[in-house]
Amino acid sequence: MQRKLILSSPLLEITISRLCQELIENHQDFADSVIIGLQPRGIHFAQRIHQELEDITGVKIPFGFLDATFYRDDYRRRELVKANETKISFVIENKRVILVDDVLATGRMVRSALDAMTAFGRPEKVELCVLIDRIYNRDIPIHADYVGKKVNTLDTEKVLVELQEQGHEVDKIWLITN
Amino acid sequence: MQKLSTRHLLGIKDLTPDDIELIMATAREFKEVINRPIKKVPSLRDVTIANVFFENSTRTRLSFELAEKRLSADTLNFSASGSSVKKGETLLDTVNNILAMKVDMIVMRHASPGAPHFLSKHITANIVNAGDGTHEHPTQALLDSFSMREKLGGDLAGKKIAIIGDILHSRVALSNILALKKQGAEVTLCGPSTLIPRYITDLGVKVSHDVKQTLAWCDVANVLRIQLERQQIKYFPSLREYSLYFGINKKMLDDLNKEIVVMHPGPINRGVELSSDAADSHHSIILDQVENGVAVRMAVLYLLAGQN
Repeated sequence: MQRKLILSSPLLEITISRLCQELIENHQDFADSVIIGLQPRGIHFAQRIHQELEDITGVKIPFGFLDATFYRDDYRRRELVKANETKISFVIENKRVILVDDVLATGRMVRSALDAMTAFGRPEKVELCVLIDRIYNRDIPIHADYVGKKVNTLDTEKVLVELQEQGHEVDKIWLITN
Repeated sequence: MQKLSTRHLLGIKDLTPDDIELIMATAREFKEVINRPIKKVPSLRDVTIANVFFENSTRTRLSFELAEKRLSADTLNFSASGSSVKKGETLLDTVNNILAMKVDMIVMRHASPGAPHFLSKHITANIVNAGDGTHEHPTQALLDSFSMREKLGGDLAGKKIAIIGDILHSRVALSNILALKKQGAEVTLCGPSTLIPRYITDLGVKVSHDVKQTLAWCDVANVLRIQLERQQIKYFPSLREYSLYFGINKKMLDDLNKEIVVMHPGPINRGVELSSDAADSHHSIILDQVENGVAVRMAVLYLLAGQN
């Protein structure tokens, strides 16, 4: 097994700042915008984006997290995946939703999340923000509007995100080749 | 990764402590789902479930049906009254005929203990036991444990749980004892000695015949119904006498001067095992149990169907 470092501090902080600036460019005062992190691994990255946006803009932005396990398209086809907590304490009807995940690969998880979101209302617009975009791994036509870093990976490779919030000492994002 | 150790839910006896934890964790997420504006998820859209009830039921049947619908499963309902069972069809023939219509899961209630176990040896569909005679009622025990955890906050290890009433005829009691012991709780059974089975202490429970003492000891009192329909002989002189010795009223609960949780699997015989003021008091979580029942049954069906 080979590991290649693809992103770490201080470039990670710079990347997050740049994503926040791009979001501010499009959402300005975030009056009708909400941020939703995708369970299980997207929530920490989402929290960082949310925190930095609030620090920069000084406004409160509604934040929640969404678990799309019950909407997956591989139920009964693959091993069961553990369900995680969903916490969305606001209505997303007519809101501009910024969906945040750590890695975008096949796009299937995002499709499930789009389905899961309909249970909370009809948003005006949904945008996708990801830290890592594995550009050639897509199974379905889904694209991200805000991308931290694009990486060119094989299906057999894996991207491993290690963040301090998950108990790691330093933030490191690896590309793993078997 | 996360899956149950069994293909069927025949009884709590077959579940491991990890299975129980998995069901509890999954049920927590389903409880959030059923409190959304849109209470439905598409998981079981290609699964057909037959609810086969050879014995009467209100709560369990409605709860299972609702759980199936919230999971987007197709459902069919069968009740023995008004069916060919009356013409002498055997259990296995009845179920095989239902399965021939391409049914994936069977939820069954039957008056004979072991009926779902017998079935599991002959058919491939997943079976969920919704009560077999006086033997087990696993989903009721799971929803009781879920409700206790929710109310007490955290798991049940070291918690003091009393089960009060007709233990002898109660499938809820046996399933609850097994589930609570697997979660590390302390269990005391309380009732007249005629309604407490011999050798029940082999399951690691204590027995008491003093309801006041038991209430003073416990964190949770799970009160069971006197099952007159299963009692062919007299186990106690009269309902009035039972109620005087073992009935629970609000004053008894208030006099304890402590937090106590009162549960009942329903249907309640108001004024017999539980007075109306106690059943409707702030101690009671009887209606929470009913709500949690749907979430727990969704979790069980979701986890069993997901193994295929």
